[in-house]
Amino acid sequence: MPGPVQSIQRGAAILRLLARSSGKLGVGEIATSLGLPRGTAHGLLRTLQLVGFVEQDSATGKYQLGAALLHLGTSYLDVNELRSRAINWADALAARSCESVKIGTVLDGQVLVVHHVFRPDDTLQTLDVGSLMPMHATALGKVLLAFDSGAGAALGNGPLEAFTRRTIVAPKDLTRSLAGIREVGWAAQVEEMTVGEAGIAAPIRGHGGLVVGAIGISGAVERICDAKGQPNTALVTFVRDAARAVSRDLGAARW
Amino acid sequence: MATRYVMSIDQGTTSTRCIIFDQQGRLVSVTQREHRQHFPQPGWVEHDAVEIWRNLERIAPEALRQAGVGLEQVAAIGIANQRETTLVWDRNTGVPLRRAIVWQDTRTTALVDELAARPEASMVQKRCGLPLATYFSAPRIRWLLDDVPGLRERAERGEVLFGTMESWLIWNLTGGPDGGLHLTDVTNASRTLLMDLTTLEWDDDLLDFFGVPRAMLPQIRPSTETYGVARTVLPGVRIGAALGDQQAALFGQTCFAPGEAKCTYGTGGFLLLNTGKDPVRSTHGLLTTVGYQVGAEPAVYALEAPIAVTGALVQWFRDGLGLINSAPEIETLAKTVDDNGGCYIVPAFAGLFAPHWRSEARGVIVGLTSYITKGHLARAVLEATAWQTREVVDAMNADSGLDLRVLKVDGGMTADNLLMQCIADVLDVPVVRPMVAETVSLGAAYAAGLAVGYWPDLEGLRRNWHRAAQWLPAMDPARRESEYDNWRRAVERTFGWLQPRR
Ligand SMILES: Nc1ncnc2c1ncn2[C@@H]1O[C@H](COP(=O)(O)OP(=O)(O)O)[C@@H](O)[C@H]1O
Ligand SMILES: [Mg+2]
Repeated sequence: MPGPVQSIQRGAAILRLLARSSGKLGVGEIATSLGLPRGTAHGLLRTLQLVGFVEQDSATGKYQLGAALLHLGTSYLDVNELRSRAINWADALAARSCESVKIGTVLDGQVLVVHHVFRPDDTLQTLDVGSLMPMHATALGKVLLAFDSGAGAALGNGPLEAFTRRTIVAPKDLTRSLAGIREVGWAAQVEEMTVGEAGIAAPIRGHGGLVVGAIGISGAVERICDAKGQPNTALVTFVRDAARAVSRDLGAARW
Repeated sequence: MATRYVMSIDQGTTSTRCIIFDQQGRLVSVTQREHRQHFPQPGWVEHDAVEIWRNLERIAPEALRQAGVGLEQVAAIGIANQRETTLVWDRNTGVPLRRAIVWQDTRTTALVDELAARPEASMVQKRCGLPLATYFSAPRIRWLLDDVPGLRERAERGEVLFGTMESWLIWNLTGGPDGGLHLTDVTNASRTLLMDLTTLEWDDDLLDFFGVPRAMLPQIRPSTETYGVARTVLPGVRIGAALGDQQAALFGQTCFAPGEAKCTYGTGGFLLLNTGKDPVRSTHGLLTTVGYQVGAEPAVYALEAPIAVTGALVQWFRDGLGLINSAPEIETLAKTVDDNGGCYIVPAFAGLFAPHWRSEARGVIVGLTSYITKGHLARAVLEATAWQTREVVDAMNADSGLDLRVLKVDGGMTADNLLMQCIADVLDVPVVRPMVAETVSLGAAYAAGLAVGYWPDLEGLRRNWHRAAQWLPAMDPARRESEYDNWRRAVERTFGWLQPRR
């Protein structure tokens, strides 16, 4: 087994130091206190600032603990901010796929729709922002379940609600399906929520790769799927590209 | 042949963006960088033009890289810019003499009062379509000429150049001190107070009135035309268009027919109505301005209602008060309460623009009680944008004799669902957002693409417009009326705050 990671140890020491001190600390003070070269301390602080764990006073340049530390574990990325940051790519995805686009996050064991772009055919459609959808019967929900181990807790161990004959109702079937989703990096739903409808979704990742939401398209099954009933590969690519673009803008380096 | 694209540069008030669009008008890549806002004194707002240029040098190649697009695949560049922001720079060194004076800056208040007292002042609005106000460029040029020692003489000798941001970027892109092109487009020129609205030329009487030497002014050109070829940053690419950002958004929303209107919500809010080939004079506090000019065709005019502060109030809530960490959090905070709790914020930070034109007004927060929380304040921030929109829509309806049936919106604030619903509620008409929220950029791209034949005509562009979202009014009419009444009373309380120096 590899030994402890030095930069994480040092980062933790910086956080402890800041938590212990009453006021704000300058980079020099921090470096001296921890016996670190100034450049190293600065690099660590920059990274901690990037993830919101420390904040820098713009006037004095000194550091303190960041607001993100106070609600660690609750809201990681404000949903309205997620919408603002994703809006350009969600539009582009709707334009490319000619389908409606939704972005979802987890709320109490359900999918909360935080953004919705109409199918670009100028037909009458109503904005679904704020509505809730079941996790196990939607592509967005399955992505969120697959990549957020906490999200599934609310589903319990019993059989899941059936919306159509194709809804996954057995927990062990769902577990298997989620493993597949983790492997390929995207999810589909074919008539599992509503007969005649299908959807494709992929994860949106924030700093460090943490999944903060899912983006996907949904529409008539004959448009989303090919003749064999499989999700259209071009559409899958559009969805995954959009998810990657949003993730990149959110600071997830690898995507 | 490799696929070709158009690149837009949107040099906005808060940031500069580069976006690459494909032939269907779909966004392929986007890069963006904010620049610093300098507030050296109350009422002063400045930008560092060199910082903005450096930002462009960085984000333009980044946009190409992100899209995996080579320079040879870029059919043209279109530029949209924050309007009226005034810069003077040295023709030989390329160095700005001062930081750019931003459109929200009110340092010229005393100067404008002095100019307005002159008998010839009544000529100004007749000739250029704009009221004599601190908002526009000419008083700022004059202020600089008076403030910087020796500047007037150097300007008369043509050693220093004036420009708004599109002129600055085009000059730098085409070589800077080494033969850079010094030009502006009709829409930007129409915001200076120096251009005759019908001849579309600099006007000698206006130049005399403001004391601005002609030698420092850029050449006025149509909005879409191949001005030249970039020599740096995007070497070899044609520059095909420049428009003021609000006019670019009108273009991007494909409001090509008289009677079509849009409202863009960024730092400020701007409602523009296409009025066709003839300039229409307002009797309700709106501006007459050039909408766009496609090549050698006649110019298309617009009626415009500018609102000085919309997103800037959110920005102030974030940076000035520190109550939120990012602009979108205003919606989260506003949703912690059900209503404004009786509180109203009128953000007359730079006086009030349309329809009031009160330069002496300053902001107020009214209705404060110990019941009010930061949630109520956040709601009042968003409602301020909605009610200001209501005021300008009422003025536009009165001027045009038509009732607006639906409001087409775009800009950064359209990501805010609560705000969009609130606007639909107070206007009592549906609010519609198009598939490209970055309509300013899209408009600049469309204009540049037209110039080089990448897109054949305006009708083709229209077919790219699609509805991305719609908000329907759902407010009790009696409540709408009583809230509007409260808003109007709040607005009255901003009037007359600044007093002439005794
Ligand atoms: N979700 C939001 N809610 C409210 N205001 C927002 C939101 N997102 C951005 N803004 C505001 O929109 C403005 C940025 O929009 P943008 O169109 O880029 O403006 P500009 O072109 O004037 O620089 C900022 O003033 C910001 O505060
Ligand atoms: Mg803008």
